Amino acid sequence: MIIKQISIFMENTSGRLADVTALLARAGINLRAISIADTTDFGILRMVADQPDEAVKLLRESGFTARETDVIGVEVPDHPGELARIMALFRDEGVSIEYLYASLEHKVDKAVIVIKVDDISAGLAMLEKHGFATIPSF
Amino acid sequence: MPIWNREAECAAPAARQKLQLERLQKAVERVYSRVPFYRQKLDQAGVTPDSISSLKDVAKLPFTTKYELRETYPYGLLACDRSELVEIHTSSGTTGTPVVGAYTEADIDMWSEVMARTLSMAGCEKGDTVQNGYGYGLFTGGLGVHYGARRIGANIIPISAGNTRRQLMIMRDFGTTLLTCTPSYSLFLAEAALEEGIDFRELPLKAGCFGAEPWSENMRIEIESKLNINAHDIYGLTELIGPGVAAECECKDGLHFNEDYFYPEIINPETGEVLADGEKGELIITSLEREGSPLLRYRTRDITFLMREPCSCGRTSVRIHRLLGRTDDMMIIRGVNCFPSQIENVLMRIEGTQPHYQIVIDRGATHLDEIEIQVEVEEALFSDVTRAMEQLRKRIHDELKSELGISAHIKLVEPRTIARSEGKAQRIIDKRSL
Ligand SMILES: [Zn+2]
Repeated sequence: MIIKQISIFMENTSGRLADVTALLARAGINLRAISIADTTDFGILRMVADQPDEAVKLLRESGFTARETDVIGVEVPDHPGELARIMALFRDEGVSIEYLYASLEHKVDKAVIVIKVDDISAGLAMLEKHGFATIPSF
Repeated sequence: MPIWNREAECAAPAARQKLQLERLQKAVERVYSRVPFYRQKLDQAGVTPDSISSLKDVAKLPFTTKYELRETYPYGLLACDRSELVEIHTSSGTTGTPVVGAYTEADIDMWSEVMARTLSMAGCEKGDTVQNGYGYGLFTGGLGVHYGARRIGANIIPISAGNTRRQLMIMRDFGTTLLTCTPSYSLFLAEAALEEGIDFRELPLKAGCFGAEPWSENMRIEIESKLNINAHDIYGLTELIGPGVAAECECKDGLHFNEDYFYPEIINPETGEVLADGEKGELIITSLEREGSPLLRYRTRDITFLMREPCSCGRTSVRIHRLLGRTDDMMIIRGVNCFPSQIENVLMRIEGTQPHYQIVIDRGATHLDEIEIQVEVEEALFSDVTRAMEQLRKRIHDELKSELGISAHIKLVEPRTIARSEGKAQRIIDKRSL
């Protein structure tokens, strides 16, 4: 299953993150997971929301450079060693990870890891083969 | 490809120079005897018509500036009786008083000749259908193309500028073979055609003559592929005649200068010194045959260089390189002359589109010039992977370095953060206190 992540280009100026989150909040869009990659000059905000198409449309209309990116969401049991097991799997099968981050939500016994890989179909097939549940949204 | 006037365009250089000298002497005599403004200027410079005994003597003549043209508005530079005038054109005058071009019957005749040469270079012949998308009116583009196409005997559609849907409909229904408009409008047409479901590969359109605004080699590639045509650069200015001063032949390697009517020189814009062929500088033009509004050594502010090597089309006229910029926006960074057009070329090359950008020049703590180029990240440039964005930045940096020899800091900025005035971005911010 593929999740539509929202990716946004942002300059490293104070208040931009507040602008984005306020904009989405006003539209009633709920964020499930969020991560920021930053460099000296700019950052890339990545997030999973409940209405990705609407969110991207709204962001573009408000002048942001935003796009949807295909990522994998994988549900893992919330106890030590689970993430390590998945990482070993990616390493052993030779599927490269571009980046990953975890969900904001605290579900009982479960965590959701959001993973961007260079070859998404290979990543999905591999996870399914080894019995990990990938989810369409959360 | 047709050559309109083989005798003039392919003349032996010595024969052409003889003609140029005769015409130059007459032109100086004409303004000296008929235009008080020029008599005074020539007297001050200690030059009389007799001072011109070789083409090199052109350097003795004083320059004419755009400022002087405005100061003498409307008829101060007229070199004929007003009853001889048959047409008036003016520049758009975005900064106040317009610049005037006054034409006698002979001027219009000459204009028709140089525009017939221009359109022929793009392959225009009798039997062609020319869709003239330049504005008709005080602007010289519309009527200039019109007169040239008339001279050739081509079929003209005088549609003028604008009304994109009608342009496309007419282009399809009447079988336009040659398009004349601004280069940016041609791309606008290409995009609109996509929406209208019109496929340029199915149209008989074969070539276009594009001018009246600066454009780049990359833009040519884009126009040629999107419209499926040959795109020719044409050059001219209202002050001299309008379009028809220079144009590209099928070799697209510089613009053939109609030097039997317009005498070109390249100077150092700061010192006024005449530069050798191949050296970059400001283009200076003296009109050799104008009757209504003749000009001596007009400072165009356009930056280019002269190319005198033979062209494989057979024409022997000197060529100017596609314009490199304007003296107004020439930047000197660490002693190196560079132009926004060079930066635009690099940006175009990288993603095939021209993002909005701004150049900020400052002196750092080391007192050396530092240049920052801010590039707006539109969707075409954006990736969700940090490494890809850093690579983009490095590529822009490296390509600029090889193009300009300058190491610039590349700053990626959000869309619409670069201030625009009247829709146009201000390209250069120079913070150096010189
Ligand atoms: Zn040629």
